[in-house]
Amino acid sequence: MNSFPIVVIGAGPAGLSAAIEAAKAGAKVLVIDENLKPGGQLFKQIHKFFGSRVHKAGVRGMDIGRQLLEETKNLGIEVWLDTEVCGIDQTKNIWAIRNKDTSVNIRAEKVIVASGATENAVRFPGWTLPGVMGAGAAQTMINTNHVLPGKKILMVGSGNVGVIVSYQLLQAGAEVVGIIEAAPQLGGYGVHTAKVRRAGVPFYTAHTIKRAMGDHCVAGAEIVGLDAGWNPIPGTEKVLKIDTICLATGLTPLTELAWIAGCEFTYIPELGGHVPIHDLHMESTVKGIYIAGDISGVEEASTAMEEGRLAGISAAADLGCYTAEEKRKRTLEIWDHLNALRCGQFGQKRRDAKDRILAVGKEMISWAVHV
Amino acid sequence: MGSPCLKTVGAPSLEELRNSPAFPKSEDFMRGPIAVIECIEEIPCNPCETSCRKGAIVIGDPITNLPRIDFEKCIGCGICVAACPGLAIYIKDYTYSDEEARISFPYEYLPLPQKGDVVQLIGRTGEMVCSGTVIGMQNSRQNDRTTIVTVAYPKNFFDEVISMKRIKNKS
Repeated sequence: MNSFPIVVIGAGPAGLSAAIEAAKAGAKVLVIDENLKPGGQLFKQIHKFFGSRVHKAGVRGMDIGRQLLEETKNLGIEVWLDTEVCGIDQTKNIWAIRNKDTSVNIRAEKVIVASGATENAVRFPGWTLPGVMGAGAAQTMINTNHVLPGKKILMVGSGNVGVIVSYQLLQAGAEVVGIIEAAPQLGGYGVHTAKVRRAGVPFYTAHTIKRAMGDHCVAGAEIVGLDAGWNPIPGTEKVLKIDTICLATGLTPLTELAWIAGCEFTYIPELGGHVPIHDLHMESTVKGIYIAGDISGVEEASTAMEEGRLAGISAAADLGCYTAEEKRKRTLEIWDHLNALRCGQFGQKRRDAKDRILAVGKEMISWAVHV
Repeated sequence: MGSPCLKTVGAPSLEELRNSPAFPKSEDFMRGPIAVIECIEEIPCNPCETSCRKGAIVIGDPITNLPRIDFEKCIGCGICVAACPGLAIYIKDYTYSDEEARISFPYEYLPLPQKGDVVQLIGRTGEMVCSGTVIGMQNSRQNDRTTIVTVAYPKNFFDEVISMKRIKNKS
């Protein structure tokens, strides 16, 4: 039986940040990830990040990924890749499959679940044709594997993922024929929409996709206008000649492991659906199991890293690596960083949603020490 | 959100920009090269402020404040242009010459133009405005792979131009 004081599940921005903070405090940490490479989605984020200096603003996501891996290595953190966690019980025994062929058990004192999120699909006639894919999948193809998924793209969804991936598809040499948005207003940051707009990409607000055309693969798409009640308006159909449809229609937290571990959940639609209830220290309703990043509500890498730090500090402190005072001080400092990212016309909604989770957490997590 | 053009067309209109705190007034453009920030939404971001060595750009606290510029302090050096993750800043100089103005904008496409090339200049919705001549390229380590292209172009298109049409790959 393998035994580690802290096991972090997921080597993305949240998991690596958690592991780094815990290891800095002197805790022995194991990081597990099912992928062949660590970094989660960071290495396909070739754009410069927003935020302030403490959030590494202005640094490209892929370079933040490199910095995190460097720190992980320097701190001697053990990382098991190609290792899929299949279960966690309430005594924090972890069952995983290594290299797709060996079953292992790991005994952990503290577990940090940073499993991320998965892309949502929308269904329409033809949605199973080759050429329909998640926007995140297209981003992985171009930026990680250097393969262009198609030459003429229709992007469905104008949130930040939709517009950032559209810009990167342009950089990779594709033509983005249009970006459709079901809402009457565009979702993403104006600076992102402005970048693709000045590259000549048209936006279609109050439009949805009616069907994908083509016999064996995508050869076109029919889009249609929507009225104020989100109903298709007959006669507004338009056919776009495209070969790829990218879906940027939101993400859902990957919460299976938290369910299995017995964590209590709450439903927060603004953050992607069912999320584990947690306190200010990112501890779930199961003592010793913490969550961080998209599993606790879909946001972005900058907030995921801060939440990871919170979880790492909290787990290390609960093992005795930090005094209560040190834990309190660091926790407050990180909450300042988080609150800075969760304000303004885009962030306030997420902050309100997060506050709702914390409010439930306060009720349900009896041992929670409120800072 | 109060910005009809930005939130439907995708790009801000000149009117929306003129209502934002950082956008220069016509007299500011008479000073020489200055930074033009097209950032009219409250997003959590401040590298323009922290990159400016003259202390000309202020966001303050909270970091979702819209940027403001003191054109007494701005010298149009261009450090903020590559620092802005939104590619929302360029430098414009109305005083470049009698006939021509100058713009330095961020450009993240390949292939890059060459000094001396005549390029098509575009407006905020990608519309072709006029042609101009590339007079400088800057891609220092500090730019972190965001090239800044400087183009001279006819003054009568001063307000409309914000970037150049991408060069088609020859292959």
